[in-house]
Amino acid sequence: MGILLDEAPYILENFPGGGIVITSADWFINWSRANSLWPLTFGLACCAFEMISANMSKYDLDRFGVFPRPTPRQADLIFVAGTLTKKMAPRLKKLYDQMGEPKYVISMGSCSNTGGPFYDSYAVVKGVDKVIPVDVYVAGCPPRPENLIEGIKKLQEKIKKDTIKNNGRAKIFK
Amino acid sequence: MDAQKYLNEIKGRFPGTADAAPERIKDGVPALLCPAPFLFEIVKYLKAEGFNYLMDLCATDYRDSLEVIYHFCALETNVKLTVKVRLDREKPELASITPLYPGADWQEREAFDLLGINFPGHPDLKNLLLPCGWEGHPLRKDYSRKPDQYD
Repeated sequence: MGILLDEAPYILENFPGGGIVITSADWFINWSRANSLWPLTFGLACCAFEMISANMSKYDLDRFGVFPRPTPRQADLIFVAGTLTKKMAPRLKKLYDQMGEPKYVISMGSCSNTGGPFYDSYAVVKGVDKVIPVDVYVAGCPPRPENLIEGIKKLQEKIKKDTIKNNGRAKIFK
Repeated sequence: MDAQKYLNEIKGRFPGTADAAPERIKDGVPALLCPAPFLFEIVKYLKAEGFNYLMDLCATDYRDSLEVIYHFCALETNVKLTVKVRLDREKPELASITPLYPGADWQEREAFDLLGINFPGHPDLKNLLLPCGWEGHPLRKDYSRKPDQYD
């Protein structure tokens, strides 16, 4: 939303009643962002199957507005599902950089949280937060689709606490 | 003609070849231990004798030496044969059989990558699995990992 969201809050602040406009705009923008999270599916290992299963009709992520995209340029969110190897890490960074702001990351499963069972391997990155900033960590090996849905609900909570004044990035997540 | 007859034929033709130790033989497939300089000629002979399928090419580290293992199969007669080559740990070098069996291409690159075995004669010997610029050979028993920015 570019110039409008970058500049408007700081101009509006100076007018009487501008704060009310900003908070109303915050509510509306956060509501629309939280309910149309389009993820880039980055399935790397067995967690990808749980992610696929969460997208299918039984768990149906579409009812939360989560609708998988094949390209980073249409995505707000990236699911990192699986073991990230050191050879793959620059590719993940590149895809993350190609996403438009605001962008969010859900790290799914033990491997992408910490390296998991491959912690001692020479080839595995010990957590995707070594490469890109993570918003929500979903635990499990692999996590069930319910866990992933819980992670998405947490991310929606985080987005709803946001304000346009810090450009789509909540500073503190409680 | 079963595999043992091929083994005897090879042992008569190439001095220095021997049967592999019996405890190292799996599933009753006869194995031949051959010195590195003869390998290419032996494989050429085997291909001429009808072993037209290279089932696998792998390498291992036995701490005192490295070993490259070739599994051959003759599809017409269903005869299987294993060839093992012991290599020096310091300077492991073995003629490439990719000109004879194109399927050996990636297997040799894998052994080059993970165990540091050099295959002169290979058309494109470079990293297969590891990222470019990786130092060391991770499947060697004495490999020690250097922490990088992802650790």
